[in-house]
Amino acid sequence: MTSDTAKVPAEEIFELITDQWTGPYWDAARRHVLTVPKCASCGKFRMPPTPFCPHCLSQEIEWPELSGGGTIYSYTVVTRAIIPQMETTLPYVPALVELPDAPGVRLVTNIVDVPVSEIKVGQAVKVRWHDRRDGVTVPCFTF
Amino acid sequence: MSIARKTALVGVGSTPYYKRGKSLPQTMNELVCKAILAAVDDAGLLVGDIDGFAYYSGGFDTPYLMETLGIPELRFSATVTATGGGSAGAVQMAAMAVASGVAKTVVVVGGNQQAALRFGAFTSGYAPSAEGAFFAASGLVGPGHMFALLARRHMHVYGTKREHFAEIAMAMRAHAIGNPNAVMQKPLTLDDYFAAPLIADPLCLYDFCLETDGAIAVVVTSAARARDLKQVPVVIHAAMQGGERGWGRSLYWMNMPEEHFLTSGHRFVARELYRMAGLTPADIDTAQLYDHFTPMVIAQLEDYGFCRPGEGGEYVASGAIRYEGGSLPVNTDGGQLSCGYIWGMTHIREAMEQIRGTAFRQVQNVNFALATGGPSNLPLSAVILGK
Repeated sequence: MTSDTAKVPAEEIFELITDQWTGPYWDAARRHVLTVPKCASCGKFRMPPTPFCPHCLSQEIEWPELSGGGTIYSYTVVTRAIIPQMETTLPYVPALVELPDAPGVRLVTNIVDVPVSEIKVGQAVKVRWHDRRDGVTVPCFTF
Repeated sequence: MSIARKTALVGVGSTPYYKRGKSLPQTMNELVCKAILAAVDDAGLLVGDIDGFAYYSGGFDTPYLMETLGIPELRFSATVTATGGGSAGAVQMAAMAVASGVAKTVVVVGGNQQAALRFGAFTSGYAPSAEGAFFAASGLVGPGHMFALLARRHMHVYGTKREHFAEIAMAMRAHAIGNPNAVMQKPLTLDDYFAAPLIADPLCLYDFCLETDGAIAVVVTSAARARDLKQVPVVIHAAMQGGERGWGRSLYWMNMPEEHFLTSGHRFVARELYRMAGLTPADIDTAQLYDHFTPMVIAQLEDYGFCRPGEGGEYVASGAIRYEGGSLPVNTDGGQLSCGYIWGMTHIREAMEQIRGTAFRQVQNVNFALATGGPSNLPLSAVILGK
């Protein structure tokens, strides 16, 4: 199993819902632009996007375009389906990726298209866009 | 005013612990009523004496219970905003209600019946939400996937090993064997552990708790009244629910600063709990730690000060948590890993039994027992029980 290639998880397990605070992230993803919210007042990043900056309580947000590079903070290799929709896309690798140009936040994402056995904490990764059949684009990461 | 030592647990009742789905055709409300009736009987009280309810997860229906059990008057009914993390918090709420004089006899009840949705796939039952979109796409379907991410980082930073997780699974199994309440009765060896399939690497089958049906209820009343009741009073020396923002909405936002990411989220609860009780980790004789996943036992041992941060793996490897020869017997009933998983109520029950001196694996000379409610989103909770 560990010599297998990490897959993109099944599209069926996820349905995108957005609100006015989270929408810009997904709009940018559709254009293949990686961004996370940055407080326009104090400059701190936060994820997920919430209506207030927890540091200064400002509601002003910027969405800077990021490089798409990151580092694996932690990951797990999912090899067992606990709901039927998972069966066709094993193994897949949920991972936490830190972004050097957005310090203090992590994306909950997937490592894809690499041998599972080569995935390590600390590994440098870059964004790989997954365009779904429903028109939603999801950022994944690869070496 | 402090609630320390003002109240006591005077009754405990439980259904059998059933493997997932095996409690049918009994209904969930039926299981809950059976646990409540057993608890008031254990206390030497009548069900009509109950005048309050405290819960920590949704799905409980106070007016249904009053109608069904013939409870005439209600003075308190509330739910802690938590899942398994709130089990001890519901005991705290009951203690507050009694200590303040709002109510006199409060029942805390928890239960599971997993016929419709397995807890192992819990998040797949959540309605899609804007916040949830940031983890749902990645396929974090069950709690085990998320706790695997915590475990991996603990291993990377501290050198914690799968052998340490295995020791927890094996110790819990050793405690369960022979316990008539325990679901799992077969010995578990290191070879068995490493032969088991990985479900969410680095977690294998034996790192996951059981999926159990059942219900447990406990009765809280004043410490003064407890002295006149049937059982040895189990005094609530401290009870706490809460936590720090650094842990906050850890599941599944996963953006905790590293100093929190490496914990179970319990450090703040531990500090406040010890302060309320006027005790230190050295005073705790046995700990019933919420064990939905083995790595979270290690992190709680660190957070509750039984060893230093990062040393939990070596601590369990030393045999410290074993009933036989351990310095801090942990989950002496076999825990949620091998005895039964009733959302942390099993830990409250076993801590009570240890203080009463009636546990199947009774630790000698127990003065204080710790019981915790699960590493999960805030609030987390814990109690220290004693004589």
